[in-house]
Amino acid sequence: MTAPVVVARGLRKSYGDLTVLDGVDLDVAPGGVLALLGPNGAGKTTTVRILATLLKPDAGTAHVAGKDVVTQAADVRASISLTGQFAAVDELLTGVENMRLMARLAHLGSREVRTRSDELLELFDLTDAGRRVVKTYSGGMRRRLDLAVGLLGRPQVVFLDEPTTGLDPRSRNALWDVIRDVVAEGTTVLLTTQYLEEADQLADRIAVIDHGRMIADGTATQLKRAVGSAHVQLVLRDGETERIATDGTVPDVRRILADVERRGVAVDTWEVRSPTLDDVFLTLTGRPAEPTEELVLATQES
Amino acid sequence: MTTITTPPALGWGAHDTAALIWRSVRRSVRQLDTILLAVMLPVMLLLLFVYVFGGALDTGMDYVDFVVPGIILLTAGYGSANTAVDVATDMTGGIIDRFRSLPIRPTGVLTGHVVASMVRNAVSTALVIGIAFVIGFSPSASALDWVAALGLIALFVLALTWIAVAIGVVASGPEAASGFTFIILFIPYVSSAFVPPDSMPSVLQNIATYNPITPLADTVRGLLLGQPVGDTWQAAVLWCVGIFLVGRVAAGLLFRRSR
Repeated sequence: MTAPVVVARGLRKSYGDLTVLDGVDLDVAPGGVLALLGPNGAGKTTTVRILATLLKPDAGTAHVAGKDVVTQAADVRASISLTGQFAAVDELLTGVENMRLMARLAHLGSREVRTRSDELLELFDLTDAGRRVVKTYSGGMRRRLDLAVGLLGRPQVVFLDEPTTGLDPRSRNALWDVIRDVVAEGTTVLLTTQYLEEADQLADRIAVIDHGRMIADGTATQLKRAVGSAHVQLVLRDGETERIATDGTVPDVRRILADVERRGVAVDTWEVRSPTLDDVFLTLTGRPAEPTEELVLATQES
Repeated sequence: MTTITTPPALGWGAHDTAALIWRSVRRSVRQLDTILLAVMLPVMLLLLFVYVFGGALDTGMDYVDFVVPGIILLTAGYGSANTAVDVATDMTGGIIDRFRSLPIRPTGVLTGHVVASMVRNAVSTALVIGIAFVIGFSPSASALDWVAALGLIALFVLALTWIAVAIGVVASGPEAASGFTFIILFIPYVSSAFVPPDSMPSVLQNIATYNPITPLADTVRGLLLGQPVGDTWQAAVLWCVGIFLVGRVAAGLLFRRSR
């Protein structure tokens, strides 16, 4: 197995009495996509900020591209990019100006400043909008520009902190496509999300984090398998829901439906459901992946 | 992988700062309304003072000549203070994290804002002086006096801009930072900028004497009207250097602490 590009061991961070990270371990293989999945306040952003050298851990170590994030922060910065929850672009500059500025600050050669900017604007479908001031962009365009800016220096590792939070479904899909392109180029990606579907769509491995601890780690399929098999879900006419376990094969589903018919139950709708990551979260933590108010406050403080 | 490029002649530090200055100047060009307000506000005060209050004031000279140096300082002060808003916008948006995760010295962002403030203030000060001439300002300064006066104003802008930067770094947002510009707008009133302090009640006279705007206004006025400046210029320069050092050090420390 190739050595992981991102390694964290026993990361701890607290603000006063509030423990945000309580010993986080993680690895991301080169070219891999790890989704850090958890509700608000679970410690996702704090983990990413430590890995991106923006925050020092109270304890534990982390290496990105072989360099220590605390003692070799400048080397780490040269090989990463971070796209945060807030679009980190200049509202008063145009898309092209933003790209050129950041390309210069990423120390690209003077010809490459131009070619790489144009190439990424094209890839992210922003060529036409490039001449407009960013203030006029939609939320989705801003995130795409933000991501494009982050890729200028051809980073080895890209951190995406809740890349689609607050976007409408169409913009979200467009951004997912762009992220898939980035992954296809061989870039290692660590993304955080509170959307179970997003982790399922983009990541080849998912680490579930809650209260600053990793509570599960595996592929989407592995996690789903851990919570059990598929089932037939019936929504009855009286509003009740009934679940019947199945192995998902045609004869088995036919047998279940025939049985339901024989019982004379009035069924409104029915479907065969695989366990979702929501089920995973419920099984692992005993509660759904909904943020509580207390946890939201905790994130804002951090 | 990051492309390895040979560092430019002056090193990456100068290259990065130049790029960030370009950014801040661009931002100023996109916010012409800010410059316009920084010109209109002092000009309206100038007209008010000259045509409404000026007739009732005895300054021993044409009131317009008395008040224009004060108005120039007000322009510079207000223009510098506006920097706090730009810095606060950077600090509370996501862009500061981006700058910090780049292989650059992030304080270059602040330098960019300071240089842009110098450029903005050069434009607005020039406009205000031009309008002052139109309404009858008649200085009798030599070229050297002009250079000295403008140099002092530039030093004042530099010093106050760094204070504004420090305030922008700690402000909770652009709105809070803009409060600073209002405070700065009121400081010149209790000084020799608009009226001679000896016309004020004694409490205010004491405040005016120790208000840094007083030696600044006296020096600029003396230089532009071709009068002897005496040693007030030393007090003016010392104040500016002191304000600059406090602002520069505070901005640096607060910026490093703010992550």
